[in-house]
Amino acid sequence: MSLSSVACQVLEIVAALALAPLLSGWVNQCRAWLQNKSAPSLLQPYRALHKLFNKDSVLADRASSMLRASPYIVFGCMVLACAIIPTLSTELPLSAVADGIALVGLFALARVFISLAAMDVGTAFGTLGARREMLIGFLAEPALLMVLFTASLVSQSTSLTTIVETLAQRDLAIYPSLALAAVAFTIVSLAENARVPVDNPATHLELTMIHEALILEYSGRHLGLLEWAASLKLYAYSAIGLALFFPWGVARAASPFALLLALPVLVLKLAIVGFLLALLETLSAKMRIFRVPEFLATAFLLAVMAMLTRILLGS
Amino acid sequence: MLAIVAGWLLLGVAGLFALHRLRFVARILFPAGGLLGVALLVAAAAALPASPETVVLPIGLPSLPFHFRLDSLSAFFILTIGGAAAGVSAFAAGYFREGEGTPPGLLCLQYHVFLASMVLVVLADDAYAFMVLWETMALSSFFLVTTNHRIAEIRRAGYLYLLIAHIGAIGILLCFGVLQADSGDYTFAGMRAQHLSPFWASMAFLLALFGFGAKAGILPLHVWLPEAHPAAPSPVSALMSGVMLKTAIYGFLRISYDLLDAQIWWWGVLTLAIGLATALFGVVFSAVQVDMKRLLAYSSIENIGLLFAGIGLAILFSAFGMKPMAALALTAALYHVVSHAFFKSLLFVGTGAVLHATSERSLGKLGGLIRYMPWVAWASLIGVLASAGLPPLGGFVSEWLLLQSFLFAPQLPNSYLNMLVPAAAALIALIAALAGYTMVKFFGVIFLGQPREEKLSQAHDAGGWERIGMVWLAAGSVLLGLLPVQVIRLIDPVTQQLVQAGLGSVAGQSNWLLVPVAVERASYGPAIFFSGVALGSVLAFAFVKALYHGKTRRSAPWDCGYPWQTPRMQDTAEGFGQPIRQIFEPLFRMRRELPRANDLAPKYRVTVEDHFWHWLYEPVAVVVEHAARVIGRLQQGRIAVYLLYSFLTLIGMLIWVTV
Repeated sequence: MSLSSVACQVLEIVAALALAPLLSGWVNQCRAWLQNKSAPSLLQPYRALHKLFNKDSVLADRASSMLRASPYIVFGCMVLACAIIPTLSTELPLSAVADGIALVGLFALARVFISLAAMDVGTAFGTLGARREMLIGFLAEPALLMVLFTASLVSQSTSLTTIVETLAQRDLAIYPSLALAAVAFTIVSLAENARVPVDNPATHLELTMIHEALILEYSGRHLGLLEWAASLKLYAYSAIGLALFFPWGVARAASPFALLLALPVLVLKLAIVGFLLALLETLSAKMRIFRVPEFLATAFLLAVMAMLTRILLGS
Repeated sequence: MLAIVAGWLLLGVAGLFALHRLRFVARILFPAGGLLGVALLVAAAAALPASPETVVLPIGLPSLPFHFRLDSLSAFFILTIGGAAAGVSAFAAGYFREGEGTPPGLLCLQYHVFLASMVLVVLADDAYAFMVLWETMALSSFFLVTTNHRIAEIRRAGYLYLLIAHIGAIGILLCFGVLQADSGDYTFAGMRAQHLSPFWASMAFLLALFGFGAKAGILPLHVWLPEAHPAAPSPVSALMSGVMLKTAIYGFLRISYDLLDAQIWWWGVLTLAIGLATALFGVVFSAVQVDMKRLLAYSSIENIGLLFAGIGLAILFSAFGMKPMAALALTAALYHVVSHAFFKSLLFVGTGAVLHATSERSLGKLGGLIRYMPWVAWASLIGVLASAGLPPLGGFVSEWLLLQSFLFAPQLPNSYLNMLVPAAAALIALIAALAGYTMVKFFGVIFLGQPREEKLSQAHDAGGWERIGMVWLAAGSVLLGLLPVQVIRLIDPVTQQLVQAGLGSVAGQSNWLLVPVAVERASYGPAIFFSGVALGSVLAFAFVKALYHGKTRRSAPWDCGYPWQTPRMQDTAEGFGQPIRQIFEPLFRMRRELPRANDLAPKYRVTVEDHFWHWLYEPVAVVVEHAARVIGRLQQGRIAVYLLYSFLTLIGMLIWVTV
């Protein structure tokens, strides 16, 4: 473990922390444009975070320490997730600590804690949100794992850095297995990041909300941390998608010049991803919660088919 | 080793002399038993890498002494038994109260005989000793299950358990009969020397799968688990689920890897398929349960299914001569054996503490206990996270290893298996995710939210001994999660013995990074992983504290501004299971009573049952009852008729002898 790779690791985490709210702001801005609304400023998420951190945190009188500890744990999980996904460079010392399977486990850990925190106060909406979040989770998690398995069958490795290095070296062509996996991954990330058509982050419509119901009892700095963690999650999912399906442009070495090149490439790729996400959200309508299992089961089946395609056809 | 077992038996006998002196039994005998458990753990860990030792004890019939043998496989299972028993015994010291059916002294005898017989079963080296001890184990646990024998339901559950245990025992007995191959030599050494034809080897394997499967609870022989576990006192459920089921796994491994000299690939496919079906069935049913101990019993069925899936994959790999992969799958299964022993015992003793504090077993009447029972709640949280297979705890390591071994399946030389086995990995992923759902329901409904009953606010936390037991088990789950390399070094001699390959040499390169094959392929470092999450959380806390004021105010819950909230507005256990009931509807036999719009006293009731009861067990029961009635006609009650039977039998035998 050299000094430069540690520097890479730190840079990667700092980039995630700084760029994640920007990505959320960019998605909101694109969506507003596409829907003929006047867009909020690109920096609005930072202002919102600053405002939330400055406010008092109002906790329910019967809340236990589960409610207070969970935002920090969830935030810690998301930071580690962003640290192990190669976005700028593949020289990441922390990447050896957790591979693709552990990454899925990390997201599951965050989900379990946020759901338990939602059940802590014992309100009607909190428990409802927890149930729905776990429902989406148990369908999306295996699908995500199968997507990662497809990529690891291609690269003979579950380590994320090896996957990126192998995939980036291949010729530019459409591989059927990866194409199927990409569709499955898109569905999974829409569901996991509480986006239309599964959930709508913009509303408080009581009967349809999932993510908002989970964090209903939070305010002040706790809510701020959770919002930041949510944007880190969106950033992490975008980074996984880019790592698996557009791995070009990630620096192979820890040299300053390569990193200097990788950063604008990353920002450009994230901008495109954010615009596509806003477009998807604008074009589709929110579906009933009972239809969500079918939607996610489709993703699961597509991911399994992607894996079988890889094994049987080798493509 | 045998001295420690004898110590357990002595403690049991000592209990017999103090039948009703609860203080003495609880404060002296059970803690002493726990200490012996720790001693057993240490002794077994020391014996793991050593070469096998044998001893012949002249007990039992004159010409049939008991043979015992301590090799790596048995040492590993003894380590598991000792580790879990130490925690459960400490918990039991504070758990058993006066006036619960069986007097405490007798309970102490049954409990320690149960522990001793489990260790001796694992040590047994001939079929005779094995069967005698296997039956001792079944009977002592039967008496423990029926501790509260005044309740009819508990007697019924105990009877069902005894019945299935004996059906399984017949399978094992027949299996030994096949294995001795007409040589009349019933020692395991003699069986190892036999070379069976593929047909008879398969017969022996199927009988072992059936016999040990009945004890472990694979589909469709699982029905006793959800009945017996809620009936038994919690420390006993903990031992039965965490440890006793593992003796069946031990027996299955002993026969399929040690006594049978070769494997056939379809055995692995069969075991894998049954294991996956069992695991899926278990986890889906556990998600819809409303009784906390039944929920855990179904979760045990799930874990047993995962164990069988791992063993099946290992058999498949070793049948094709892929030894390193077989070692990987086997390591995953063995890792799960020990981590399941710890976390499931922890969860069961946790329910015991809840049961004592509230006398409620139904999830619908619990809630909010984290405020009244913090020790039990936080210890259970560790068990819940481990059981849900979340990093960085014990359950995740075995899941990770199992998924890694599934990734080698495309290298199998059979193209059909190539295709099907990775699909099995998809099922494993689904099962693990569903386990998370179930565990959130378990913990959230019991410990979080508002109390659903008035009396819950009087619930008291667990006492000192109970806390010691739970902390021991929780610490075990955490260490198993954080130190996988060290644990795998312990497992290495076992896989070396069974498949002549191990992960020890590769995994041992680094102390903090678990590397099953090569660093480029996969690696996992739970200790650093945990520090990463912890550091992220602590830094976030510190920065928010340093940069902002960090004031907190308490007020009524928000809940979208609705002020008249009652505990009944929370999601119930039934409600939490509803999505699962809807998605997996064909698996259940469901009966619903829904209220009409104009009902004055509306009632909503839903019962979920097992298809197997209706389609398998009830027809069998009807046939058996019918047959019994027909055969019963022979019983006339008149001596003349019985004499006639004897006479006819005599004539028949004379004819048989002459012809």
